[in-house]
Amino acid sequence: MAYPEMMIKPMRDEVTRLGVTELRTVAAVDSALSDQHGTALVFVNSVCGCAAGGARPALTKALTTATKKPEHVYTVFAGQDLDATSRARSYFGEYQPSSPSAILMKDGEVVRFVHRHEIEGHSPDQIASELIKAFDTYCA
Amino acid sequence: MSGLVLHPGHDDLHGITVVVTGSSGRTYLGRWHEKGDRGVVMRDVAIHDPASAELSLEGWLARQAKFGVASTEKTFVVPQDEFVGVRLFTS
Repeated sequence: MAYPEMMIKPMRDEVTRLGVTELRTVAAVDSALSDQHGTALVFVNSVCGCAAGGARPALTKALTTATKKPEHVYTVFAGQDLDATSRARSYFGEYQPSSPSAILMKDGEVVRFVHRHEIEGHSPDQIASELIKAFDTYCA
Repeated sequence: MSGLVLHPGHDDLHGITVVVTGSSGRTYLGRWHEKGDRGVVMRDVAIHDPASAELSLEGWLARQAKFGVASTEKTFVVPQDEFVGVRLFTS
């Protein structure tokens, strides 16, 4: 069930204000992720306050403090932009749907999938640390 | 922590991915929703049944940790008499 757009706009804005490209259509997802080269982070946004309330600040911290960063950062909104999210997940291979989550891709392959269960109950600093660790490992 | 919480009033485990141990030997992996008279209500649940599983419980949990919870049940109730214990499923 999608929530009223006015309710989730702040959650979108919390991510897009970082310069993250929001993918809201299948075409936009395909344009971003098909034939993907280099590194790209896909942040799967969610309304869930339990987990997304930590994930979004973590993304902010990771993207603003990391030395190495993905060349591209995208976001889709699970439960809201259903077709776009489903399409994005089709690029994640055998990984199961998870929201919120953060998926680091390199040359079209998932190299680090930060699942919801790695986000729940963790502080934004802890989650950011995991993201930065992945950036340091896979990004130039 | 910023972000809106749209479902206040639940217990501390609400929305958290947990491992529930059953008296039958089954293990239930999914998000805790609530514990009530009927038992534990869980969302997006994967079930390990030692009688039919290809992997050991440890191997199965490791796979779920890496690739995500391969849920087969959108909502599942673990009956009171089946519920033995619960622990967090964190990496």
